[in-house]
Amino acid sequence: MAANTIFEKPVAMTDNHTHYCPGCTHGVAHRLVAEVLDELGMRERTIGVAPVGCSVLCYNYFDCDFLEAAHGRAPAFATGMKRVCPEKIVFAYQGDGDLASIGGNEILHAANRGEKITVIFVNNAIYGMTGGQMAPTTLPGQVTTTSPMGRDVELTGWPIRMRELLSSLRTPAYIARGSIHSPQESIITKQYVRKAFQYQDKNTCFSMVEILSTCPTNWGMTPTDSTKWLKENMIPYYPLGELKTPEGGDGNFERMTGISE
Amino acid sequence: MAKKLMKGNEAIGEAAIHAGAARYFAYPITPQTEVAEYLARRMPEVGGVFLQAESELGAANMIFGAASSGKRVFTSSSSPGVSLMSEALSYITSAELPCVFINVCRAGPGLGGILPSQGDYFQATRASGHGDFHLIVLAPSTVQEAVEHMMIAFDLSDKYRNPVMIFADGLIGQMMEPVDFDAIKPGTPADHSAWATTGAKGREKHVIKTLYLNPLDNEAHNRHLAAKYVEITKNEQKHEIYGGLGKPSLILTAFGTSARVCKTAVDVLNEEGIDIALFRPISIYPFPAKALDVLSRKQHVKQFLDVEMNNGQMIEDIRLYTRSAKPISFFGRQGGIVPSPEEIIDEIRKVMIVDKPKKKAAKK
Repeated sequence: MAANTIFEKPVAMTDNHTHYCPGCTHGVAHRLVAEVLDELGMRERTIGVAPVGCSVLCYNYFDCDFLEAAHGRAPAFATGMKRVCPEKIVFAYQGDGDLASIGGNEILHAANRGEKITVIFVNNAIYGMTGGQMAPTTLPGQVTTTSPMGRDVELTGWPIRMRELLSSLRTPAYIARGSIHSPQESIITKQYVRKAFQYQDKNTCFSMVEILSTCPTNWGMTPTDSTKWLKENMIPYYPLGELKTPEGGDGNFERMTGISE
Repeated sequence: MAKKLMKGNEAIGEAAIHAGAARYFAYPITPQTEVAEYLARRMPEVGGVFLQAESELGAANMIFGAASSGKRVFTSSSSPGVSLMSEALSYITSAELPCVFINVCRAGPGLGGILPSQGDYFQATRASGHGDFHLIVLAPSTVQEAVEHMMIAFDLSDKYRNPVMIFADGLIGQMMEPVDFDAIKPGTPADHSAWATTGAKGREKHVIKTLYLNPLDNEAHNRHLAAKYVEITKNEQKHEIYGGLGKPSLILTAFGTSARVCKTAVDVLNEEGIDIALFRPISIYPFPAKALDVLSRKQHVKQFLDVEMNNGQMIEDIRLYTRSAKPISFFGRQGGIVPSPEEIIDEIRKVMIVDKPKKKAAKK
């Protein structure tokens, strides 16, 4: 009986085992990106930029050229590469401490300049690699090692919604937020990732897909409880969907700011 | 092409284009902003890349990304900006990416002032960032030399896969001098296809990284870099000895703008028949140790006077490489002040050791 192949590892992924904790969703996010690179035939002209954080070693799992950035600087690395090689596909893969805290300025200005790069922003509301400290995205009341009584918004402010913040910029962009806590949401998120790379390929605009993710180890939960917690706590604060599209024109800007010209 | 009168900062920008490095990322800061202003107009004419970054942090990290392509790229800044760039310099040196950084040095510490200084000698030669690494650092003393150094800088950077810094100062950046671009010899950019990240088409992927979690791997990487610095130190020392009447007894030591002023002092005193000379390091990393060692062993050399626009930084290298075998004194101006030839001449007259006629042994 002839066997038909019905499922394969993407060519853009290596055979290496990942170092991620059980239940961590980085592996799913990697896979979505790798599948899109395969489907769009981009792998051989793609340069990825790895962050500092749990996914610093993601170049061990992606089978394409890669740079390893300093903490928070991945959008600047990607800008430099893309400006001198505009024919290449350049993407940065960043976590929430990396992108929303130490790299706040780099992502803000890369987006505002309309750099033709794609940013995959994995938001799990905590610092992973350093062992569970408070991030700018940590939810109110969420316990971390540096907010042991729970995040107090009076002392540390409210969590930053990066999708909303960047969508308020006038420069055209594609900015969406998906989640990978369920297969259904992962399929939708992959569509966002696909669009983001397509916009870059057409030289249309800056693109960022924020992906809500779990961190069972530092949240102190089982993987199952983590996906439940994400759904019940993160999604109400970080609503899903495309907030800014280049076709939206100034509509995005007006909706976000209430300013029309 | 005849000589062209150009401001130092603009000449540096034009020189990079001649060197095949029409790719520039930077942030405005006095007294180097004219590099960016010049290139904002010039790069579109030559099909180059000009980008004003959001900060010096952004600019220097864009250089990492751009240099990873294997193409010639560069940035410029001034002291406080170079402090911010120091993060990227550490990463770039570890990743062994060729590129050129220019420091048009101004007076510090802190915001300090916007006038010329050499206060970043330690930063440039010792510690422009964390970890165990070195830049190659060239210190021009005229605009023409700055232009020539730009050619050498890109070639050295390619050869050693190490960032090269041009250590200028506010005077060289701001003054106008005739520049002869016919006299410069641009090298040929090296082939970096063996490691550059340009897309893994028909080859294994290339990864440019600086993380070595295994201490043995990290030690091996550090030893590899250290061996490179040994090679650089062996091959790339550059200096000039200026003036003297045959057997100079006092040697001025100075680099960049302070060396330029010292040359006038040497001319004046040589004219008077006073035998002094100038030792000018052109590479300040690697320091021209061999030449200074030879000079310090000459019997006629009795003393050194180190002149800098800081509190005395290169003097530590003078002590080191003369083995402090002869007396060394220091004259410096700080705060953005360039010393005048007259005050250097006064200082020479003050400190110069004059051989007194030997008294004949008294007869009993």
